[in-house]
Amino acid sequence: MLLREVEYARPATVEEAITLLSEHDGARALAGGQTLVNVMKARAASPDVLVDLADLTELRTISFSADQSALEIGAMVTNTMVISSSEVEVARPILAEVAATIADVQIRNRGTVGGNVCVNDPTNHYPPLLAALGATFTIRSTSGERTASAEEFFVGVYVTAVSEGELLTKISVPTRKPGTGDAMAGITLGAHGTYVASAVATVSSEGVRVALGCVSSVPVRAMVMEERLAGGDLSEAAVRAAAEGLAASLDPPSDVHANAEYRGHLAEVSAVRAVLQAAERAKG
Amino acid sequence: MEINGTSYERDVPASLLLVHFLRDDLDLTGTHVGCDTGSCGACTVQLGDEAIKSCCMLAVQADGASITTVEGLASDEGELTPLQQSFHEYHALQCGYCTPGMLMSATALLEKNPRPSEHEVKVALQGNICRCTGYWNIIEAVVAVGEKGTR
Repeated sequence: MLLREVEYARPATVEEAITLLSEHDGARALAGGQTLVNVMKARAASPDVLVDLADLTELRTISFSADQSALEIGAMVTNTMVISSSEVEVARPILAEVAATIADVQIRNRGTVGGNVCVNDPTNHYPPLLAALGATFTIRSTSGERTASAEEFFVGVYVTAVSEGELLTKISVPTRKPGTGDAMAGITLGAHGTYVASAVATVSSEGVRVALGCVSSVPVRAMVMEERLAGGDLSEAAVRAAAEGLAASLDPPSDVHANAEYRGHLAEVSAVRAVLQAAERAKG
Repeated sequence: MEINGTSYERDVPASLLLVHFLRDDLDLTGTHVGCDTGSCGACTVQLGDEAIKSCCMLAVQADGASITTVEGLASDEGELTPLQQSFHEYHALQCGYCTPGMLMSATALLEKNPRPSEHEVKVALQGNICRCTGYWNIIEAVVAVGEKGTR
């Protein structure tokens, strides 16, 4: 496939990358390229300048915040790095579990966490996961650094809080406290395919958080279900009762894989499964 | 970049995909173009020690990198690697279109995990589609190399 002509730069520092992104209209950050190169083939995106982040080694680290309360994942960390990270295994293993179900080995070797969230395809794995875990996103520009919550970060289909001239540098995920359980459930096309509906639940002493994927342009929190479960009864009957009406409260899209009504139903079923599994894991 | 141990220096447009650079500029046509959308895995090569899809990477992104293609497996004298020999013995190919990609994915697996289980082989080959063999002979061929303890 022939791509449209494009300029290419591979900056050595984050500052240089941000300068390039802010100086050129039509500049676009290139992370792993597993989505961007393919949408460029389809001419769905035609950037004039690609700013390749490959050499920004400071964005390829997984570490703990100074107070150890968060796992800090650099935007250029690949899915394969997440899967094999000892820090992730200790602090938030759900990240590795989910990363291992994204596409296939070759794509996991190149595809990055930052790229995945910046695409914000509603069927992607990380948006609902990071929304449920309460992740914080660090965005840099020539005028400095700012942070965004998941609610602020995911703006619309293929749109995030990262605007022109800005760069997502880091995603901070709270470390798992004892007695916390996380789980992702959903319906995919094939074993490791694209999600048709997905749900992520995290159960802790602070309560239950549930985020749904694929049902809107951004991850959707199942707030009513969360409130109903606040009492702490996470028996199967209680979780099913708490999910009642969830499908009807959604306005999901219809496509060739599922119409709106069926997708809503799948989301509700996924939410129940995710909460039950998270509750089981929270027991330790 | 270094490809199969040989250094190459070329000026290429930034829009050129790595797979086209390998095939059209360097005449390394063992790497195939299948779907051109990152689904089929026929274009799989090794970047460093990792299997990647060369249709989802620009040639300029591989500037300075070390790439291994299927041509880099057998020796200059034509001696097959144990994996290639195993593909031959287990009839792990029919039309052969997917074979270079299968070999590169399986080679990367065996380098990291010399004795993979059947499940591990299936996971490693998830990104490679074969429309002839029904996969079984391919999986058996890779598992057999591990059992023999050689690549």
